[in-house]
Amino acid sequence: MEVITIPGSLDGQSVDGFFDRVTEAPTGRALFDGRHVRWVDPNGMVGLLTGGAVAGERTGALPRLELPENPDVLGYLSRMGFFQEARSIFEFDDRVPRRSGGSSDVLLEITPVRANVDVHEVVNRVQSRSGAILASRLGYPAASVVQFSVILSEVCQNIIEHAESPGWVAAQAYNWSRRLGRWVVVISVMDLGRGFRGSLGSEHAARYGDRWSDATALEAAFLHGLTRFPDSGRGQGIQQIRRQVQRWNGAITIRSGSARIGQVPEWDDTPPLVDGLAPFPGAQISIVLPARAAGSPEGAG
Amino acid sequence: MSERPVDPIAIDVSDLLQKTVASLHSHLVTRPTGRAVRMAIEARLGETGEMSLSLIDLSEVTVLDFSCADEVVAKLVQRSQGPGGSGTFFVFRGVREPHRDQIEVVLSRQGLAAVAQTDEGRFELLGATTPAEAATWRVLEDRGLLAGEDVTEALPGRDGRDALERLVHRHLAFQSPITGRWHALSRLVSHLL
Repeated sequence: MEVITIPGSLDGQSVDGFFDRVTEAPTGRALFDGRHVRWVDPNGMVGLLTGGAVAGERTGALPRLELPENPDVLGYLSRMGFFQEARSIFEFDDRVPRRSGGSSDVLLEITPVRANVDVHEVVNRVQSRSGAILASRLGYPAASVVQFSVILSEVCQNIIEHAESPGWVAAQAYNWSRRLGRWVVVISVMDLGRGFRGSLGSEHAARYGDRWSDATALEAAFLHGLTRFPDSGRGQGIQQIRRQVQRWNGAITIRSGSARIGQVPEWDDTPPLVDGLAPFPGAQISIVLPARAAGSPEGAG
Repeated sequence: MSERPVDPIAIDVSDLLQKTVASLHSHLVTRPTGRAVRMAIEARLGETGEMSLSLIDLSEVTVLDFSCADEVVAKLVQRSQGPGGSGTFFVFRGVREPHRDQIEVVLSRQGLAAVAQTDEGRFELLGATTPAEAATWRVLEDRGLLAGEDVTEALPGRDGRDALERLVHRHLAFQSPITGRWHALSRLVSHLL
């Protein structure tokens, strides 16, 4: 078996390195060693499912997952519905804790997105529980729950319309006391589809010529709102998500293939464009929304 | 003024959403949902005459995403105008703060505009308009009705009169084919509110 060590802290900052390891691993059956995982966030959990699915598809055999030894991490994965989704992706010991009621700071457990009905389910869930968290943890106004739902609806539709492949979404509130000194909501959406380059290629690659790449495809969609559809009403989803995230002083990054593009505020030192990553299928979107700073106007972070 | 040159109909989007898409879907999200609702509205409009005025009621919709705003608002407006258009005039009711941004964005992006009730008794022009169109629409909205003899006084410059023509052409104001008078759309649907 080819061992892929899962980082002790698997989150938005370490997930690219994890994907690189998955991509660069030899083609034998994979063993994902998660025994020493101490911390995982929505990007880590959804990323682990995505990485496992990629490894399984490449080798034709279910990879094995060594579960975290830390009972808190195991319990959290269980609460977030990780094992329910992981059963079709990994082989693992059946010693997982029974799934209990969700934590009060969970906005959305790991939810598969395969069809439009799943997007409705996502919106229904966040409508019913996110208002209190957005208000109490982030200090957002009551009406923000609608904008938050719209963000989730649009990112999930991105999977269905552009990836043409299933994916997952999850969201949770955390206290980033050391990193930011504030609460944040982390949203993660990942799929295993054809990525932005694949989605836009037939319509736009010729215009870019030799420059056409994962990075230029991401720039085309993220910065310029290009889409493969000729309809002038299309291509607004990501543009409007960016705008709303900016209003809330949040960060959004999208990895697709070998590149990651982002719109980040002053509190985040993530570079706006990273190229030359190991090629990874699909698209991986991370959104971080911070609590309003004391004294900031309504709607601003 | 009692003249009502068109007989407007009211369409409750929330009700259509329940009946046409699925009773489980209470929010106006995803493009296929928006498309289904738009087609149901178009079917309802198909039963009316060649020229119609429709009050599209969004009051009971909680979440409206950009995809649905494009399908239900922008595409309805787009398809009503120009040669071969449906000839329908629209007023969108219940466009409160949570929906306003989505509707403004999808209209502006495609150079469209629509009349919307944004609060109790308050109507606004949303989307892409010129300053002259916006100013002229406001004059008509405040007065409710303009007769031919009032136009010179109400819209003294050539720009205003040109803008009034464009508002009619864009289905943002109604000109009676019988009397030639211009009507604010909000007044034509006021009995339905």
